[in-house]
Amino acid sequence: MDINSLILFIFIFCSLYIQLFLLLTFFEKEDIKNTDIKDFPTVSITVPCFNEATTLAKTVTSLLGLNYPPEKLTIMIVDDGSTDNTLEVARSLESERVKIIHKKNGGKYTALNKAIELSTAEFVGCLDADSEVHPDALRNMIPYFSDPNIKAVTPTMVVHKAKNILQMMQRVEYEIGVFTRWVYGKLNALHVTPGPFSIFRKSIFQEIGYFKHAHNTEDMEIACRIQSHGFKITNCPTALVYTITPNTLKKLHVQRVRWTYGFFRNIIDYKHLFFNPKYGNIALLTLPFGVIAVTAALYIFGNLLYYTGQNIYEHIYRWSIVGIKIHPLSFSFDWFYVNTNMYGVLAITVVTIALFSLLMGRKIATGKMSISMDIVYFLCLYGFIAPVWLGKSVYNVVLAKKTPWR
Amino acid sequence: MVINIRKYILVFVLTCFIFITAFSISNFLNDKKLNQLKSIEDKISIDILSLETQFSLFEEIKCSQIGKNALSSELNTLSDKLTYAEEQKGIADDDVITLKKFYSLLQIKDYILMKKIAEKCGDRPRSILYFYSSLSCDDCRKQGYVLTSLREENPGVRVYSFDYDLDVNALKTLISIHKIKELPAVVIDDVTHSGYQDFDGLKKLIPTLIASTTPTTQQK
Repeated sequence: MDINSLILFIFIFCSLYIQLFLLLTFFEKEDIKNTDIKDFPTVSITVPCFNEATTLAKTVTSLLGLNYPPEKLTIMIVDDGSTDNTLEVARSLESERVKIIHKKNGGKYTALNKAIELSTAEFVGCLDADSEVHPDALRNMIPYFSDPNIKAVTPTMVVHKAKNILQMMQRVEYEIGVFTRWVYGKLNALHVTPGPFSIFRKSIFQEIGYFKHAHNTEDMEIACRIQSHGFKITNCPTALVYTITPNTLKKLHVQRVRWTYGFFRNIIDYKHLFFNPKYGNIALLTLPFGVIAVTAALYIFGNLLYYTGQNIYEHIYRWSIVGIKIHPLSFSFDWFYVNTNMYGVLAITVVTIALFSLLMGRKIATGKMSISMDIVYFLCLYGFIAPVWLGKSVYNVVLAKKTPWR
Repeated sequence: MVINIRKYILVFVLTCFIFITAFSISNFLNDKKLNQLKSIEDKISIDILSLETQFSLFEEIKCSQIGKNALSSELNTLSDKLTYAEEQKGIADDDVITLKKFYSLLQIKDYILMKKIAEKCGDRPRSILYFYSSLSCDDCRKQGYVLTSLREENPGVRVYSFDYDLDVNALKTLISIHKIKELPAVVIDDVTHSGYQDFDGLKKLIPTLIASTTPTTQQK
């Protein structure tokens, strides 16, 4: 076995290991949460915005539609020094339940901290101004806090109104994420409390501190900090949040470079968690496998590029010798030419488990387990697009280049 | 934080089990492929034996009774599949080497038989012997492309290709008969041409070969 095959072998082993781990956890029985709330706690939801005039009203309207006692729920719109008419839109939404805070631009984390400081509620949350919530989301999340060690509950994020192929591809990606997040929640191995509608016990901020800049990924840093203090974060699969995803390659690239760059910078900051059993599954599973996943994706993509390049070179070389010859198309199938090496068989296993995860995620998110064209878009596109932002993120980390929000 | 070490170990065992299963399935399917190659070789062997027997009876039958398609047409399929198997399993794989040796013997038998039939029937043999090396021959790849292209353009030309490095006595004899010293080498009308022959050069060497040819060829 050559070195390249050995590396591929290790990556496939790790992929299969994590997939099986998640699958096994998925089938483990979970205590059914009692969703009856006798005494509704007070909650304040922050909507941080910077130039979000077009989507803000919808986000706030969806919060006002939450199936939660109005007197227990406050919405705080924090205008983080927008340069468009976001403040104007916010003012038009102002009411007894909707408070407006205007501040100089300082970044999302400063907007969140401002709202948390001013809040008197027992629980605080955040909803990005490009997202909307299901009316029962908050009601379904609060019962999880019956365990005093749970300091944050994350929602189930679903792509809202996927219009083009890129957004449909992301919908599939998010649905796989729904499955993964739920299982990681069961394992107390979540490393992100996503911006769209994660709910925190307010007291946690007094205990461990407020949001930090954290390389523009404050939602990951706070999760790592909660975990490093030995507290729990879980996921509520029935708390649906609808988020709008980037509709162009450029926007998607920028967003993902920020996420992946933030992931790497945060794990450097929290490197003491790695493989330390004291910190639980996040230390043994989530963070190491996150690094392995990015490395594997880049390595496999590199291999793919190399062999594709070699193939193209071979064709050009051949054409330079005998000229370009066009042969009539013929369709014949001979199983002999089907790849039956060990990697082929393992790749089929990995893809099958991934498809199962996707269908489970889809069932959680939509209640249906249907096969649709977006799966094809995902399978055909994701493997080519993702390595580009992964590579760029690694490049930025290695050269310590700043990664902007937008 | 609580971690379930037993679960980590269980998943490790399960992953190993899947790897072993994948390894077994892969081996099983690869064995089936090799068996398929062996059965093609057996078929070719029978075809050639049948033709040899037919040839022995030649005194009693007319030349026209030996159809040109009687020469085994399976050699082409075998060649393609062997090339694929070689790419998949590598040139050093024992099974591939054994199959290649047998394939070389079949080619030699086919070549001799074709020559005999041509002599008896007063035809000109339409075959090229091509000697290459998978190990140390920079121009062999180029020569292979040229010969493949030539065969595609002239389906009646039979190209017999031999791996110079194979340890087969009959092949060594063929190499010594044609005094092959430099690779790549092609033998046309019993004349050895050493070194790379480009497309036009090769065409010049075989003007009569490519005239009125019939589609029964093979090339490795």
